[in-house]
Amino acid sequence: MIDSRTFDPNFKFLISSEPGGENIKKCFSCGTCTAGCPVREVTDDYNPRRIIRMAILGMKKEVLSSLSIWLCSSCYTCFERCPQDVRIPELMNAIKNIAVREGYLPSSMKSQLNLLASYGRLLEVTDFENEKRKESDLPLLHGQTEDIKKILEKLGFYREEQDRG
Amino acid sequence: MKNRTEANPRESEYTLFLGCTVPVRALNYEISARKVAEKLALHLSDIPDFSCCGYPIKSVNRYAYLLMAARNLALAEKKGLPLCTLCSACCGSLTEANHEIQEDEKLRKRINKDLFEWVGLRYEGGIRVTHFIRILDQEVGSLRISEQVLADLSSLRVAPHYGCHYTKPSTIYRRTEDPEDPKSLDELIKATGAQSIQYEDKLQCCGGGVLAIDEKIALAMAHKKLDHLQAQQADAMILICPFCNVMYEGNQRKIEKTFQTEYKMPILYYPQLLGLALGLEPDELGMKMNRVRTTELVKKINRRAD
Repeated sequence: MIDSRTFDPNFKFLISSEPGGENIKKCFSCGTCTAGCPVREVTDDYNPRRIIRMAILGMKKEVLSSLSIWLCSSCYTCFERCPQDVRIPELMNAIKNIAVREGYLPSSMKSQLNLLASYGRLLEVTDFENEKRKESDLPLLHGQTEDIKKILEKLGFYREEQDRG
Repeated sequence: MKNRTEANPRESEYTLFLGCTVPVRALNYEISARKVAEKLALHLSDIPDFSCCGYPIKSVNRYAYLLMAARNLALAEKKGLPLCTLCSACCGSLTEANHEIQEDEKLRKRINKDLFEWVGLRYEGGIRVTHFIRILDQEVGSLRISEQVLADLSSLRVAPHYGCHYTKPSTIYRRTEDPEDPKSLDELIKATGAQSIQYEDKLQCCGGGVLAIDEKIALAMAHKKLDHLQAQQADAMILICPFCNVMYEGNQRKIEKTFQTEYKMPILYYPQLLGLALGLEPDELGMKMNRVRTTELVKKINRRAD
């Protein structure tokens, strides 16, 4: 049972001021997003209409701490169909951006950040890969890293110590 | 807004953007794309300093995503050629960032200040971003392709998989085609002489977007689609995105094991199918790297008498 005394009435304003979350208040809960959602089709753990309703009610902690917000596959089916232009995948990203600031970063996303900082890509291009590329007559790639590390460091998403510890 | 490359007469020259997955896990896509590009007089050049497009961190921090995308766009702008991606997610993320930077002056100034200070680059908004398949569709065209076909693929029944980011969100692509009823890949398949078949949930997502967060859900999504393809006795699935391939080919055995079924469904990248039609040898198209055997499929192709 939900307890309205724990709601944060400002949560929807916080979301609507975040890039991508601008249209959250336009949602009238028709459920078009959920009805056409391919993730929802295979699991009960993801329900965009429910997440949006909870967010508008002000259930900030429940929404931000839930793994559910990370289950959008970004297929944009709902984005195309939403009659209120809520732009759900972008709204989910806005909510996730807030969640990260509040300290909720799933471990798999943390690993992705470290990979990007280390290699500039999600997958490392090692000598082995370059050898394979050479055999296939493909141009060799740099294991370019410094720029992305710098960007992530400057924005506070990577610290050199993480690498060592 | 400056749009130098849009008016550039050297329309058949592009910078190729590989992203993360293609150069490591989808060499067959890259090899076949470069080969057919050569055949169709499309010149693809490279920039070894490109990084990830930024898409993976959009959910963590939108500004970090925009900066990563802007860095790649800035590198491409130095070369002055439009950017061509093989990955649909790269295409979506770079296109979206590109429009945002072009249209929002305040954002562009902020990005350029940080980009210049931190990595010594600036992006003025002069680059066009597109997908390799969109170039085949719009700039080469099915007609020109069909005129160059040398092999008979008419006995092949293949299933097009559009994936998501090639057409959606349609706003960033200025509604190039209807995302609920796309036709370009079907037309490009027909241009090779092969049959483009219809199947249930043709436009459904591969599940790749949730793979890192919840593998079970991602596999269940890909499983459904492979079932629908098998029901139509497809000879192969035709892809235009390396991440869809991670789901349908890379994880096909895992899906077979998890759901106790068997597909042995060949998964081809469109440039591989096109290359076969243009008379290239399977080896020239990296078909040895396809994890699901394609020998039966290749046997069905009749080489026209020279």
